[in-house]
Amino acid sequence: MTKINTPRVSAAILAASAAAFSFAAPVAAQDLAGKTVEFVIPFSESGGSARWANFFAPLLAEALPGNPTAIVGYRPGGGSTTGANWFQEQTTADGTLIFGTSGSTQFPYLLGDPRVRYEYRDWQPVLASGTGGVVYLPGDLGARFDGDMDDLQGEFFIFGSQGATTLDLVPLLAFKMLGLQVEPVFGIEGRGDGRLMFERGEANIDYQTSSAYLKNVVPLVEQGLAVPVMSWGILDDAGNVVRDPTFPDIPTFAEICEATAGCETSGVAWDAWRAFFVSGFAAQKLVYLPGNASADVVGMYSDAFAEILARPDFAALSESQLGVYPQMIGPAARVAHEAAITVSDEAREYVLSWLAEAYGVTMQ
Amino acid sequence: MDILTVALPALGDAFLTVIQPQHMMYMIAGVLLGLSIGVLPGLGGIAGLSLVLPFMFGMDPISGLALMVGLIAVIPTSDTFSSVLLGIPGSSASQATVLDGFPLARKGQAARALSAAFVSSLYGGILGAMVLTMIIFVARPLILAFGLPEMLMITILGMSMVAILAGRIPLKGVVAAGLGILVGTIGTAPAGGSLRMATYDFPYLVDGLQLVIIGLGIYAIPEVVSLLRQDTSISKSGQLGAGWSQGLRDWWANRWLSTKCAGIGVIVGVIPGLGGSVVDWIAYGYAVQSTKDRDQFGQGDIRGVIAPESSNNAKEGGGLVPTLIFGIPGSGSMAVFLGGLALLGMSPGPAMIRQDLDITYTIVWSLALANVVGAGLCVLLSGQIARLTTIRFTLLAPFLFMMIAFAAFQSRMSFGDLIALVFVGVIGILLRRFDYSRPAFLIGFVLSTQAEQFVNMATQIGAARFRRSFEAGIDYLVSPITVSLLILTVLSIVIGIRQSKNIRENITTYTGTKRAPMLFLGAITVYVAIATIDAATVTRFGDKVFPLTVGIVTLLGCLALMARMILRPETDDVFIDMETGGDDGEAPHSLWGTLAWFFGLLVLTGLFGFIIALALFFVGFFRLRAGLSWAMALVFASVGLGFILFFADLLNRDFPPGLLQSYFDLPWPFT
Repeated sequence: MTKINTPRVSAAILAASAAAFSFAAPVAAQDLAGKTVEFVIPFSESGGSARWANFFAPLLAEALPGNPTAIVGYRPGGGSTTGANWFQEQTTADGTLIFGTSGSTQFPYLLGDPRVRYEYRDWQPVLASGTGGVVYLPGDLGARFDGDMDDLQGEFFIFGSQGATTLDLVPLLAFKMLGLQVEPVFGIEGRGDGRLMFERGEANIDYQTSSAYLKNVVPLVEQGLAVPVMSWGILDDAGNVVRDPTFPDIPTFAEICEATAGCETSGVAWDAWRAFFVSGFAAQKLVYLPGNASADVVGMYSDAFAEILARPDFAALSESQLGVYPQMIGPAARVAHEAAITVSDEAREYVLSWLAEAYGVTMQ
Repeated sequence: MDILTVALPALGDAFLTVIQPQHMMYMIAGVLLGLSIGVLPGLGGIAGLSLVLPFMFGMDPISGLALMVGLIAVIPTSDTFSSVLLGIPGSSASQATVLDGFPLARKGQAARALSAAFVSSLYGGILGAMVLTMIIFVARPLILAFGLPEMLMITILGMSMVAILAGRIPLKGVVAAGLGILVGTIGTAPAGGSLRMATYDFPYLVDGLQLVIIGLGIYAIPEVVSLLRQDTSISKSGQLGAGWSQGLRDWWANRWLSTKCAGIGVIVGVIPGLGGSVVDWIAYGYAVQSTKDRDQFGQGDIRGVIAPESSNNAKEGGGLVPTLIFGIPGSGSMAVFLGGLALLGMSPGPAMIRQDLDITYTIVWSLALANVVGAGLCVLLSGQIARLTTIRFTLLAPFLFMMIAFAAFQSRMSFGDLIALVFVGVIGILLRRFDYSRPAFLIGFVLSTQAEQFVNMATQIGAARFRRSFEAGIDYLVSPITVSLLILTVLSIVIGIRQSKNIRENITTYTGTKRAPMLFLGAITVYVAIATIDAATVTRFGDKVFPLTVGIVTLLGCLALMARMILRPETDDVFIDMETGGDDGEAPHSLWGTLAWFFGLLVLTGLFGFIIALALFFVGFFRLRAGLSWAMALVFASVGLGFILFFADLLNRDFPPGLLQSYFDLPWPFT
């Protein structure tokens, strides 16, 4: 087996990065040689988070000082709350344990799920990965779309959904704000199943995250079977929602909302949508160290991720294996972390009462 | 698409790739790894794949692919060992194999059963690859023809197999299946997240029980305990009868059955969302219904092994179609495979068939070749491995208890896994003792979630269609596929009920007093009643209607059974109690005393953690129960511990911790 272990190359990169970052001095004090770094995710071996963690694990092994072995550990259950509760109790401070979360871990925290025994503010973020999403309609309905949703208000939509409190909360809330009559069919296993329902004609509105859209929906668009209507957009440095550079020609939900009568990009509904959009998409996946890890260890990981992102082949690698994801490190990761775990009480109450009213879903 | 100009060159390219020495080497490495991990029930394929996942990144795509495909191909092959030899269903794909495979092992025909199973696997795998090669062009419309109503009908067809497996008294089968379905609904509802028979105070139940726990509890524990009480070997005579060449001849005699079951496997495998959980039951049911002399089924009919094993390897090939064409995993292992492909820089999806047809064919034919290598190897090994069935079972049992506890713990890595295992194990023992159909319970449990999902989703979409127009609604629900499946289901139930009397685990029956069977039925009735009331209190309609309906039906079944118990004399079949005669009744060791050994292992684990508990348990058991000398007891204990430590280290698994570990930080493996 081609175990990734190229000390000479990584030593050279390490020297280069030490020269490039003056704050890399404490790195010399830390050395993980001969140790095993466990990258734990609160999900099973299948799915997007496993792919993401297995992508970064070998890169981390190369980038961390001492070239430790990096393995991915899985602690699924409770919609990812089981694993996060476990991580909350961990005190491994030497950098041999890191934890990866996803929007599915953030949402129960934001909504006050009774299973949540973890506190994000106790943990130290070192990387944030984002993604986008695109909403699309079948060809016949798409033909009636003209930049706003006013003409589609009378239509009955069926949407295959994994559940009202999953990442699908973001599209469901967007549909509600646009005044669309969307009936979610809950209980599908993954977004791929939703796309299959759309292709079979059982659902007539759907969305996919960026990479899945590029891979699986663009061919449908080319055949005229699907029409993209809006993307979620991305956050710019000032925190505004702007067009996704991956989909420059697709308007954002904010644009469509402004053009549609009765939908506003201000007020409690918008605040709620924006908070969950950031948590579920713009800063979807985060890597954490336990709260008691020293600044040196945090610095060591920040440097390692900086080194990974600076690899000349990173863009090519991540595009083919993860899709187009913006990656944030250092201060940007901390900003993303803060945004991903923050929602105003008013916005939370709004979402909770909407979930109970519209879908009978409660958090007890 | 011009098949001749596109497909043939791609097939040629794929053939050249597959026979490259480097490709072969990695594929064989994958096969060997898969086979050695597959001996641990409940771990198998997903554990093996995630083991190699970290190495995928940066690997040459051809080698990486070969390694993964080699592993996947032998998942439904290697788990046959535990299904046949030990009566432990290795994975959901080989549950039905247990029904006749294990009785054959008890008759001393383990080698025959194994080699018939492996050659069926091999044949099914190759046939699956051939069908795939041809249908891959038309698979897309085929898959899109299977909407939710069609999938619901397949699930119901799977459930209709309960009719044929219901046992001597159909009503008991209904109660067992209903109980299985209800146990499957424990936890959060898949659609709205309402809690059923669970509270957030016991987080363990919120996620529901996992198939590993149910499979081990319902099948493995009752069988292991029963064998241990009799203190003989698995093969009743202690001898090996018919050898592995007999198995090959059996398969040849049933090659058409094998072909048809492989066909069933491919078709069901191709449909995403069904997974592998129904295909072996449908194949088994088909075998029973389509043959004439059926009275040996359930007691060791070789056709009961050939049918499911032919279908489950073919299914694995079928599962590749949705995975590659749509990028949607057909099963858990396919989901991990998909992740591995991404790490190799390949993106399955519509483009993969159009642009990378050679890669697609490489995957399909690597799978076939890996099947040949894996199953071939297993056929050669089966004669030797079958000797396990001649060993005195008391020496084997502690290792099985170790594997059962370890496998169960992998389900959620919580001590709750072990507690749940004991509970389900006791239910399994009692179901066996009072002659309730355990396959019916298992089918109910396995299909519970998907039945509920498909019912809810199909009704919701159907209702939306009917709102648009009556024709739209009818068009949606009544398609040629649903109608044909409905006819098949009705036929299967009619034939099943007529034949179920012939399919039974025990020939001679023993009845004792009325008290014990009535007590057990009473306990079931109370649970079903509580579950039904609990379902009624759920506020969200979509989350309550399924368990409520099933609960009411099961409750009616319980009451009807109760009425029969009151009216009939004690000698009626309804009062069957295996403790009153036969192998169990005359066993030298008591039921609860034997179970106490296993229970002791778990209590020790709760105190000292798994490894220390295991050491104490091994030495104690081998010395006191098996009567070995202290020296031999120590040797046996070390072998067992060494084995489990090796695997846990290889697979990066932890062991269940106990009270001791909550006070002291101990190094692995004592953590």
